[in-house]
Amino acid sequence: MKAAVLVFPGSNREGDVAQAIELVTGRKPQMVWHGDGDFEKSDLIVVPGGFSYGDYLRCGAMAAQSPVMAEVKRRAAQGVPVLAICNGFQIVTEAGLLPGVLMRNAQLKFVCHDVHLKVETSQSLFTNRYQAGQVIRVPVAHAEGNYFADTDTLKRLEDRGQVAFRYCAPDGAVDGSGNPNGSIDNIAGVFNEAKTVMGLMPHPENAVEPMFGGCDGRALFEGLVDALS
Amino acid sequence: MKARVHVTLKNGVLDPQGKAIGHSLNRLGFPEVADVRQGKFIELELAETDRIRARERLDEMCRKLLANTVIENYSIELVG
Repeated sequence: MKAAVLVFPGSNREGDVAQAIELVTGRKPQMVWHGDGDFEKSDLIVVPGGFSYGDYLRCGAMAAQSPVMAEVKRRAAQGVPVLAICNGFQIVTEAGLLPGVLMRNAQLKFVCHDVHLKVETSQSLFTNRYQAGQVIRVPVAHAEGNYFADTDTLKRLEDRGQVAFRYCAPDGAVDGSGNPNGSIDNIAGVFNEAKTVMGLMPHPENAVEPMFGGCDGRALFEGLVDALS
Repeated sequence: MKARVHVTLKNGVLDPQGKAIGHSLNRLGFPEVADVRQGKFIELELAETDRIRARERLDEMCRKLLANTVIENYSIELVG
């Protein structure tokens, strides 16, 4: 599986996700600078975490208008898979590749700790190595992760099974207790309709080796390799 | 030509920053402050003299970048 990881001014987890990809594929992904309007064909495009453009104006707002994102939108329209993590999730919602928006955490604090996520479906390129209903533990690190979509959009998302992960308690109960940021319906990650684009606020790339304190994120990357190689 | 853009949250969208500001004002001795919603003010200097064209272009700027229309409204004021 050939992967491309985008790098914006202010990205800071591109190295982490590149390492996770190298760990499971044995091959370093290509790092693509935001100013490049074109890059080598790849099986997967990753939009990493960080503080692109310093979060100025709105998180991901200016990164979404980068030359590279115009090309990413073209390729996504042709079905090239896109994995968008944290700031990446903010960027792709601003770019219109995923519905909704990420707002300031409801309790106003930057949250930086492990969360539990319930995997909503195993029927996707990204989650095929998990089981539906499985609970995984991965870290979050964000101040603007409060997912919001209007009533109609939310209904469409839920009806079409576009919710990928929900914040839950360690035992899997989706009762709000595991929600670190006030996201509506405890949504932590969503797919586009075709399930070729997925955005999530947590950092699976930081839970791929025992030394991280957990490996639950590894199966996400392994699933991608299975699906795309 | 100078333009002033106000970007504000749509009604019904949670504004915890506004709430925090309101509580701080209450604690500072302004109990009469009941509700606060905060937004952004952006001032632009345009090399454009046609007011109609300026307004059209500003509208586009707001829709494309300055406001996220999922949760924000915007208003445009031309100065001078």
